[in-house]
Formats: sequence, structure tokens, C-alpha cells
Amino acid sequence: MQDSFHTLYDFLLHSESTAYITMGLVLIFLLCFWLFLIQRDED
Amino acid sequence: MSDQETGKSGSRIGPFHIITGLILLFGAFLTVYRFTQGLGPMTNLNNEYPWGLWISFDLLCGVALAAGGFVTTAACYIFGLKKYHIAVRPAVLTAMLGYLLVVIALTYDVGRPWRLPYPFLVQSGTTSVLFEVALCVMIYLLTLIAEYSQVAFEWMRMSVARSLVMKSILFLTVLGVILSTMHQSSLGALYLIAPSKMHPLWYSAYIPVYFFVSAIVAGLSMVIVEMSLARRFLRHKMDEAHERGYDDVVLGFGKAAAFVLAGYVSLKLLGLAVDNDWSYLMTGFGALFLVELLGFFALPAYIFAIGARERRTGLIKWAAGWSVLGIVLNRINVSLVAYNWKLTVGEHYFPGWMEFGLTIFIVTLGLVLYRYCATRMPVLHEHPEYTDTH
Repeated sequence: MQDSFHTLYDFLLHSESTAYITMGLVLIFLLCFWLFLIQRDED
Repeated sequence: MSDQETGKSGSRIGPFHIITGLILLFGAFLTVYRFTQGLGPMTNLNNEYPWGLWISFDLLCGVALAAGGFVTTAACYIFGLKKYHIAVRPAVLTAMLGYLLVVIALTYDVGRPWRLPYPFLVQSGTTSVLFEVALCVMIYLLTLIAEYSQVAFEWMRMSVARSLVMKSILFLTVLGVILSTMHQSSLGALYLIAPSKMHPLWYSAYIPVYFFVSAIVAGLSMVIVEMSLARRFLRHKMDEAHERGYDDVVLGFGKAAAFVLAGYVSLKLLGLAVDNDWSYLMTGFGALFLVELLGFFALPAYIFAIGARERRTGLIKWAAGWSVLGIVLNRINVSLVAYNWKLTVGEHYFPGWMEFGLTIFIVTLGLVLYRYCATRMPVLHEHPEYTDTH
């Protein structure tokens, strides 16, 4: 993890990049979790 | 005639009455002490901590755990999920008593309680978040009283008044959802003003969203907990429809709670990413944050999901109780533990024994009032004269 930033731009680039990647992972996780949750509904 | 038809409790004096009676008596003593001696001798509040246990637990937790009212009425009346109808009255009763006790607790906590109406009558601070919370809580309490009044009117056999309430139930439900959305999130927004006082792991620009989403979890979980307790201790007051529909409510609400909890954990992770707070996770506060997030939110989400998938109501009940504890832990962390985190150990606030005593008194008062209403009014059963759908 990056500890220090020299400019605001550096900080925003780093944090927003991480946020977008997290967002993508979260969407995949939520989709999988939903499928896991309803998997046995039709049974 | 059965107990349900007569509306009488038919119970004798037992351990419940004796224990609650003693607590209420003690609470009466604390009340006299509070209003004659003031906040100073009774609490450990100071200039660093003007909000203590009564705000953290009685108000923040009380409001969150009373969210079952708007969640259940929205599910039943707005989304048309009529199979959850049996949960509406117990949930509305719990919500109404919850908000009533929040207001009662506030009169103890506010230095000059006779000035509680001032935000509406005197000052012009309409841009304050606290003003919005006060206004919403006041109107929502009145809305809940109106929603619950149909039960009281049935109990008193006032058919015309009941019919008027029934006609406005959709309006009251929509109003309840709007007001709850506003003040549940605004309670979190109160902390937006203190970024330098709160630990970065709990402070976030999204804290109003966290409070609102976690309140939905609290509402869903509380309905499960409360219906399970009612089934255990007030089963003789439940009619066949309530007995039959209990599993549907637990399974349906458990599934909803699983998904909302997963969403909440995801939002918290996003918050960490946006503020780049990852490095704090390696500290002592980070350990507490992870215990809260993984132990009290992610774990119950998984248990809820397993319970809903395998139709194991026992698992869901445990998960509901666990996530209720998680909400309480979260609100206490936000308002007390992570608040003023830079102060030294000796400067931190810890509630005095009388503060704990009054909180126990308020919770006991809620239990007694719930039991009074549920054993006399048609809350856990249909009134024999009003069996039409409502």
C-alpha cells in the first residue's frame, strides 16, 4: 500500500483507482452472493 | 372465551413482574434524582463528551432498532408482500414504543428538557441536521401512533375510527418510509461535522448511507428477534395464522437481511478505498473495526444466507440476534469509541453506574409496555370482530 503522496493528484489517482477496482470486485461478489442466496429457491 | 377474545392477560404475579417492578422502582428513584440534582452528579459527561451512553444506546441504537416498522410496512403495503402481514402489527408496536422511549430518554439527556419544542417554536436553525432529525422523529412518532391506532381502535371496538385509519394506511406507510430514510441517515450525518474528532476508519463522507443501510438490517433483524421472543413467551396470544406465517417471515426477512448486510459490508469496503484508510487496519482501532465489520456484519450475512438457503430458521434467529448486537456495537463505536480517539486513556468517557441504571430502566419500560399491549390488544392475533384484511 502506498504510504505517502506528494500531490493531491497522486492521492486522488491512487484512491480512485483502488475505489474503481473495489467497486468492480464488489459488483461481482454481490452477484455471486445473490445467486448463492436464491440457488435453492426453485427446489 | 379464550384470552385472545377477551383481551385479558390472565397472568399472575411471577418473576417477570417482580424483577421489572424492582427495576421500574429503581428507575423512578433515578428519575427524581436526575430532575432534582441535574446531569452533573448523575453522569460522567463533560465538555469533550456532551453525548454519552443515553445518546449512543438509547437514541442511536433505539432509532436503528425501531426501523422494523417502516421496513415491514413498506414490504407489506408498498411492495405487496402480503405473506409478511402478520409481522406488521408487532413491528409497528415495537417501532412506536422504540421511538417513544427515544423521546423519553432524550428528556433525561437534554440539560433543559422543557426547551425540547424550541426547534419548532423559537429558533430558526432550519439548516441544522439536528433540526431535521428532531422534526422527522417527531412527525414519524405521530405517524407510528396513527398506524398503531387501528389496533387500539379494534381493541376499543371503535369501528368508524378504525376504518378511517385503514383508508389512510398507504399514505401513512409512504410517509413513514420517507421520514425514516431522512432521519436514519441524518443521525449519521450528525457526525459529518466532526472529521477531526472521529477515527478515520469510522469517519466517512458516506456515513449517512452507512447509517441508513445498517438501519434496514437492524429493522429486519429486530422483527425476527422480536417475533421469535413473542413466539416463545407470548405463544398463547398467537392465533393460527401467526403461527403458520412465522416461518415465512423469518425466512423472507433472513434472506433480505443477508443481501442488505452483504451490501453494507461492500459499501464499507468502498469507503475504505475512497478515503485510502487501508493502513489504519494494522492498528488497534483497525482490529476493532475488523471485528465489527467481519465478525458482526459479514459473518451474520453468511449465516443468514445459509439459513435462508437451507430453510433453517434456528440459524436465522441466531444471525438476527448477532446482527442486532453488531448494530449496537457500530453505534457505540461511532459515537463513543472512535469519537475523540486522540484523547489520552484517562480523558476518555465511561458511563457512570446511574447512566447504565437509567438505560436498563428505559429498556425495561419498553418490555413492560410491549407486553401490556401484546397481551391485551390484537397484535399477535386477529380481533374476532375484524377479520377482514387490513
